Parts: sequence; C-alpha cells; structure tokens
Amino acid sequence: MELQAVLMAAGGGSRMPDLTYNTPKPMLPVGNKPLMWHPLNLLERVGFEEVIVITTKEVQKMMSTDPKMKDVKMKLDVVCIQEDGDMGTADALRHIQQKIKTDVLVVSCDLITDVALHEVVDLFRAHNATLAMLMSKAHDFTETVPGQKGKKKTGEQRDFVGVDQSGKRLLFMANEADLEDGLSIRKSIMRKHPRMHIKTGLVDAHLYCLKKAVVDFLADNKSISSIRGELLPYLVRKQFSKTTNCPKSKDDADDQTQKTADGSTNSTELLICSRDEPLLQLAQERSCWNDHRGDMSEAYHGGKLRCYVHIMDQGLCYRVNTLAAYIEANRLASKLLEEPAVHPSAVISERCQMGPDSIIGAQCQVADKTSIKRSTIGNSTTVKEKVKVTNSIIMHGVTIEEGCNIHGCVICSNAVIGRGADLKYCLVGNGQQIEAEGEAHSFHTSTFNMLSLFSPPTVTRGT
Amino acid sequence: DGLCNTDDIERSKTEGKELTKEEKQRLRKEKKQQKKNKEKNDEKTSHEGEKKKNKKKKEEQPAGSASQPPAQPSPKVPAPAPPPPAAAAVPVPASEAPAPADKPAKSKADLKAERRARQEAERASKGKKGDVGQPAPTGKLKAPPSELQPVVKRLPEHVQVDNPEVVKKLAKKLERQQIPLRSDYGYKVSLFSHLHQYSRKAPLTQQLGIPSTVIHPAIVRLGLQYSQGIVAGSNARSVALLHAFQQVIRDYTTPPNEELSRDLVNKLKPYISFLNQCRPLSASMGNAIKYIKKEISNIPSQCKEEEAKIKLLNCIERYINEKIVLAAKAIAKYSIEKISDGDVILVYGCSSLVNHILCEAFEKKRKFRVIVVDSRPRLEGREALRRLVQKGISCTYVLISAVSYILPEVSKVFLGAHALLANGYVMSRVGTSQIALVAKAFNVPVLVCCETYKFCERVQTDSFVSNELDDPDDLIVTRKGKTQLEHWQKVPSLGLLNLVYDVTPPDFVDLVITDLGMIPCTSVPVVLRVKNVDQ
Repeated sequence: MELQAVLMAAGGGSRMPDLTYNTPKPMLPVGNKPLMWHPLNLLERVGFEEVIVITTKEVQKMMSTDPKMKDVKMKLDVVCIQEDGDMGTADALRHIQQKIKTDVLVVSCDLITDVALHEVVDLFRAHNATLAMLMSKAHDFTETVPGQKGKKKTGEQRDFVGVDQSGKRLLFMANEADLEDGLSIRKSIMRKHPRMHIKTGLVDAHLYCLKKAVVDFLADNKSISSIRGELLPYLVRKQFSKTTNCPKSKDDADDQTQKTADGSTNSTELLICSRDEPLLQLAQERSCWNDHRGDMSEAYHGGKLRCYVHIMDQGLCYRVNTLAAYIEANRLASKLLEEPAVHPSAVISERCQMGPDSIIGAQCQVADKTSIKRSTIGNSTTVKEKVKVTNSIIMHGVTIEEGCNIHGCVICSNAVIGRGADLKYCLVGNGQQIEAEGEAHSFHTSTFNMLSLFSPPTVTRGT
Repeated sequence: DGLCNTDDIERSKTEGKELTKEEKQRLRKEKKQQKKNKEKNDEKTSHEGEKKKNKKKKEEQPAGSASQPPAQPSPKVPAPAPPPPAAAAVPVPASEAPAPADKPAKSKADLKAERRARQEAERASKGKKGDVGQPAPTGKLKAPPSELQPVVKRLPEHVQVDNPEVVKKLAKKLERQQIPLRSDYGYKVSLFSHLHQYSRKAPLTQQLGIPSTVIHPAIVRLGLQYSQGIVAGSNARSVALLHAFQQVIRDYTTPPNEELSRDLVNKLKPYISFLNQCRPLSASMGNAIKYIKKEISNIPSQCKEEEAKIKLLNCIERYINEKIVLAAKAIAKYSIEKISDGDVILVYGCSSLVNHILCEAFEKKRKFRVIVVDSRPRLEGREALRRLVQKGISCTYVLISAVSYILPEVSKVFLGAHALLANGYVMSRVGTSQIALVAKAFNVPVLVCCETYKFCERVQTDSFVSNELDDPDDLIVTRKGKTQLEHWQKVPSLGLLNLVYDVTPPDFVDLVITDLGMIPCTSVPVVLRVKNVDQ
C-alpha cells in the first residue's frame, strides 16, 4: 500500500464560536453537506478506499446519523479522542501510530479544494521526499461578514514561506510570531540555494504527505504536539542541519524496527534521515540529473531529508476556520458539487424566483412569491410567502415566516424567524427565535446574549 | 506422393463422402506447403523491395549499403536486386555485390514482377500508412516467417504510432492491464510521426488513482522519475529498474493455486507496460528485463516462496554487480592503457561510464585534460563538467557548434553508448554521430565505451526508424525576458523536434572498449552470438 489517509476532525473551530457552540465544526453544513464531507469526497474521487478519521465522540454520533455521510463509499475507521482540546494534531498522529503502516497523507477536515492531488503526491514520490504539502495563494474574502464592523484587519500573524527557484522545494518556514528581531536565514541555506523566494499571503491547506519514519519519530518525541506549528518548521530546518548531512556510519537499510527498539541510535536524530538504499544511491550517482546547478555538489546537495511544497495559483482552496471563509465556501460550494442545486425532494412553488447559484436542501418547502438569490438553504427548512433571501446561509430545520427580508445573514439550525423580520448581516444562533417585525443589522445572537426583538423598535448595531 | 493424395481427396470429395481425418490433415498440410512456397518467394521479393524503400528514406545511401558485409545469409542485408518495373525504383548501382539469393530470382523475373504487382495492389487496398508516399513495409514484415531465412521480427508497436490499428491494439492491451494510456502531445514533424511524443507536464499519474493499487508504488515512483528525467542515463535507469523490481519481489506473495515462476512474470508485465508509457524502455533495460524473466521462469516449482525470493534478489544483486559495477572497473582498466600522458580527450554529454573512466585514470596519475562538448536542450555536459572538475581534472567546455574548431587540439575522443546494435552501429545521445563524423574527418581516434549488457539484437542503419521524441517544449528558452517559441503550436507550419538518440555507423568508430576487451565495432554480432550460446 502506498499511502494511508488520515482526516483530522477533532478541531474545535475556535475562531467561529457563534457557529460552533452547538454544532461541532466538522459537521457544519457547507453547500448542504457537512464540512468534513468535502475532504472525504476529495479523497474518494482520487481513489482512496480507506480513511482513518480522528474525531470526537460527538462528531462520531452525528456522522452516523447524517444521511450525507452515508454517501461516502470509503471505509471510515473512526478513532475518538477526548474533547478537551489539549491534543494537538501531532499528538493525534502519535495516538494512532500503531495503525500507520506506510506513508501517510494527513488532511484537515476544514479543507475545501479542487486541487489535482497527484501534483502534491508526485512531488512526494518523485523526489523521495520526507514531506510534501499543499499551499495556495490567498484570496481576499469579498463578502461582508455578519457582525463585523467594516473591514477588520486580520490580527493573524503572517506566515513566511521560503521556496527555491523552481518553486517546489521548501527552504524556510516561520510565523511572524516566532521572529522577534527579523527574518534570519542560515548561511548554509543561502550557500546551497542562493536564490530564494519568500512568500507571504499563502494559505496553508493543511494537507501533508509524510513519510512513515516521521510518524515513528513523533512517537519517540512526545514534545511535539502540533504538526503545523512544530513538526513542519522542525522538518524544514532539519533539511539543512549538519547532522543530517554527515554520512552515517551505520547503514542497515532493512532493519528499521531494530533502530527504534534499541537506544543506540539517537531516536531524536531520526530515522528521518532516510538512509537511501545502496542501489538507489548507485542509480543516483550514475544518473546525469541535478536539481540545481552552479556549484560543485551533487543532486539535492547530498541531503537526505527533503521537503517539498506545491503552490496552487489557480483553483479553489479554502480552509473553513473563520466566519468569512465559511461564508465564502458556501458561496462557491455550488460550483464544487456535481449534484443539482435544487434537491429533488424539495417542494418549491412555481411563483418562486430562484437564482442559479442557490442551493436548496432536501425536503424544503418554499412557498409562493419568494425570492432566493445566491443563498444556501438547508434541509427541512420552511420558507413561507413573500420572503426575500439574498446572500445568506440558512441551515437545517429553520422556519422563516412570511414577509421576511433576509440579507447577508447566517441563520443556524432550528432557528425561527418571525413574520416580517428584516435582518441584514446578522448571525442567528442555533434554535434562536427572532420575534416578528424585528429589524436587526450586523447583529449576532447566541445563547450568550438572548436578546429578543420586540416590534416595532429597531435595533441597530448590536453586539 | 502429395499429388496422388490430392487425387484421392478429390475423388472422395466428388463422391460426396466425408473426408477422413487423415485425409483432412493431409489436405491441410498440402495447403500450408503451397502457401509457404508462394510466400517464400514473395518474402524474397518483399525484402528486396523493402530495403529499397528504406534506402530511399535514408540520407546516406551508398556508403551505408556498401559498408554492409555482403553475402550474409541474414535477410536484413540490403541485397540490391534488379529493380522490378512495378515498384518505385531507386537506381541501384548494379556493381554492388549481389547476394546469392539474387541468382534464382533473376531467372524468375517475370513471375516476380507479377507477384510484386499483386502485393502492391493488396497493400494499396488495405490502406496502410504511407510514409514518403510509399506503401508501408509493415504489411510485408507481418508475413509469417519462411523456413529458409531466420525469424522475421514484427515491427514493434512503438514505431507504428501513426497506424491507427496498432494504436487501438495498444490501447486495448493497456486497458486489459488497467494501465492508463498516455496521449501524444503537440504537432509531430512528419518524418517522425510514427513515434510517440509526450509532454512532461502531463504525467501518467494524472490518470492513476492515489494510492496506486494496480501498480506497485515503487514502480509508480520509478515511472515518475523516468518521465521527469530525474533518473536519466542508460546505467542509472537499469539500476533503478532492478532496484524497483527488488522491491516488487520483496512485497510479492504467491496467490493460491499459482506458481511463482509463472505468476510473477505475469505480474511484471503490466509494470513494464507502465514504465514503457512513462518513457520508452532502453536497450539495457530490455536486456535486464529479459534476464529477470528468465531467472524467474527458471525457478523450480518445488522451491519455497521465501527461498525463491531470496534467490531472485541475489540474482539481481549479482547482475548489477557483474554487468555494471565490475564491468565499469574492467573497462576503466582497459581504457587507462589507451590514455597516455599529455592526451587531450574529448567527451560528449554525460556518460556515467566515460566519467568513471576519466576519474579512474586521473587517480592513476595520468596527465591529461578533457574537453567537454555539450548540446541543447539537455545540456548534460554541465553535469559531466561538474563531476570531472570536482575530481580536479582540468576541463574545457564547448558547445557542439564549436566542435570543428576545437578538434585540431584533440588527441582522442571517448564516447559513451546507449546501446550497440547487432550490425555494429552505436546508438547514443543525439549529436554523437556528428562528433564521430567530425573526428573522422580530422583523423582523431574515436573510442566507444560500452558494457556488454547494452548490446542488443536490433539492427538499425538510420536514426529515423526507431528513436525517442522528447517533450518539444524543452526547446523553448527564455532569453532577456522574451520567449519567442512560446506559442509555437499556433503557427501551423512550425514543428519542434526534440530527438534523443542517433546512430553512428561503425566506420567512424575505431574501437569499442567492453568488459570483454577491446573489440572492433564489427565484432558486436560475435559477442552477441557468444552470449546467446552461453545462455
């Protein structure tokens, strides 16, 4: 077997608390399918037959009841971990170390992309790389996010990614938070790769191909707890460290298990320095190929540990971990899905005006004289007469009474919007009720601030 | 005897009785005999005709044919026969040595002419490919082998790409083996339209599933490395291939009710097709595969699986050790005798063997300097330059356009080979024959270094019949921000040709240094024959 897929679905969704306080992030509907369905669909399309899903018990329960998850034909091996949130992604990988028998492809549950996965995996295969990851040029989110007062400058720290001239080899990776005085690059890197392109504004898709040796390394080094935060920068740095490039005296290409068992080889040193087998070495020596030119060193500068990145400049790649991303993803979900936008079991009256990029879920009821444009409507939602819904995301089981005007909102499951309500750029939490004739602008409701709107006073600029 | 039998059979036919089994068999045999006799004569004329057609395609005509040793029993000798009126005749000089087969043919000139006309009509009606406006030689070569001449080999599929039937057959075969078909890319120059041309940007893995289950991951990795050029060079490719086969054998388990000796060979077939799709197999790889297949089929059936696997792995190690590593050492030893102090040696491109020889000679304290000749688009000479300079050898670097300017300085030319063909021709990187030609003009000795495992049974006299077309986009280069050829596909009269190999005739090569010793180019068939006898 070549690759095993691991889906990380235990994340909390800490950056969108209003959406996730009731529904765990992997089950948030995007295009009327749970969020984790999208990466699973990607894996299934590419040809995977089994996926190990690391998630919480709550999500597992919801997965088993959700009809959309039944569409997934692959065998899902669900591993549950505690919900307390202390377990990082690397910890989770360590947890399932026994199940990992070959190289592993780690995907995050909030990744929605249409990348040709073979581009990433080909880098991993062709160069015998230790790590291959996917990144994408970031797109600005154009939609107004409910609850945000104007365009807020993202307070997130930038990521600096350094790639070589070909744009494929990953040379440098650091987050602004870790760089106190400035960006310093080791001389050894500059000597080997005199031309480096440093990019910011790239979105890390959290899709990684890792060699099996890395998973074994994680098992020995319990201090590493996050793949993105700690393991990746470590691997990228290790490419150029002196110890990896010194020839090893011991070279048993066959007995990998022995090395982990006895402590004679420094396990932190890594079996990651994949001792290329002697025949492969011979082939490389005889081959007239070099990945760089201009200096006297052989291919890959003799380095055994190599990290590669594939940077997508076209196509969709979203990580749905903020509200803005969530809204954007819903907008584009209709492009991604091959199913018809309107579910066949939905009952839509003829006098309803529906735009082409709206998605209507199963068993919906849409009454007369409604107008639905650029919106996503979830399953079992009832929309009564004379309702105008534009640019909104309506989740499952919502009831919208007559005469409502909903613009740019996110309405979570089982909410009830009273008659004649006028909502602009609001986020209505789960099970909330908006009173009739209420008007709200840029408002968030959640269990924390149960504000009921009475008619007729207008409430603007809420929390 | 035959006659009276037919009479009997005729009688029983007319009498309405059913033919007995023996009679039927006899009838069948006679029919076959008649057919064979007819086709034997057809073959003779067809071969002569085909040689003429090949000659028409060839650039260097009389020299090539004159250099062929005359009067060989092999059917591939271009035996100039008196031009029959029906065929498009090439005025062949009658002074050239006629083969003995001509004598009986001359006396039946009329019959031959008739048969020729019939053949042409047949071929025209079948509507096979017409290159250079001639009816294809494929039809003729597909005739069943006659008894007099040795087995006629069929044209391999990879040189019949413009024949839609062959392409269809290949597609069906790949579908059966569950391997995706790689589609050709771009406009092909008409002289080479019978060869595949792929784009590096469209790897075969696009159509494979991830993770690959049909094809072993080591083979997928190898195929990728071939198509991207990461493993390039005859020796490197063979070693990498055998390494991948080692991994396949290690992971192999015999299914129940199957024998390892037969099943493993069947398992390897789709892998070989896949690698062929990624990049056409080289002659050395072909020989390695033949060796492996032979070893696998020779495994006795009572051998246990573990033992058999260990045996095979050891065989592979031994093959690599003997044929590549030790051969390189032997060749280096012989070559060092030929390198004297004060020599100026010219090398072309990056041949792992020649680099090895020069490094060894330098270590043995010979004083020489090297001129590295390089050519676009591969620019492999830079890698050779790096390796030699790293050792401390003083080098000069020129492009192939400067070869005639630099040759007066040169005392010897060392060339590597991709394969040595059975008629003594050397198949090597494109540009090698140019270097050999110019060196001959300057009377500089040309030495070709080649291991014996690269000798192949194929015979080729020109670089058109069988070659490899690389990605035409490699020829596109950006200088000062301008890429002139960027939109070459839009210009209807423009074609980009990126050839990989060419053949050098044996009269330009003075010596071939192999692990068996130093032999002249024409002794290659002898070596092949000796090898076959050994095996």
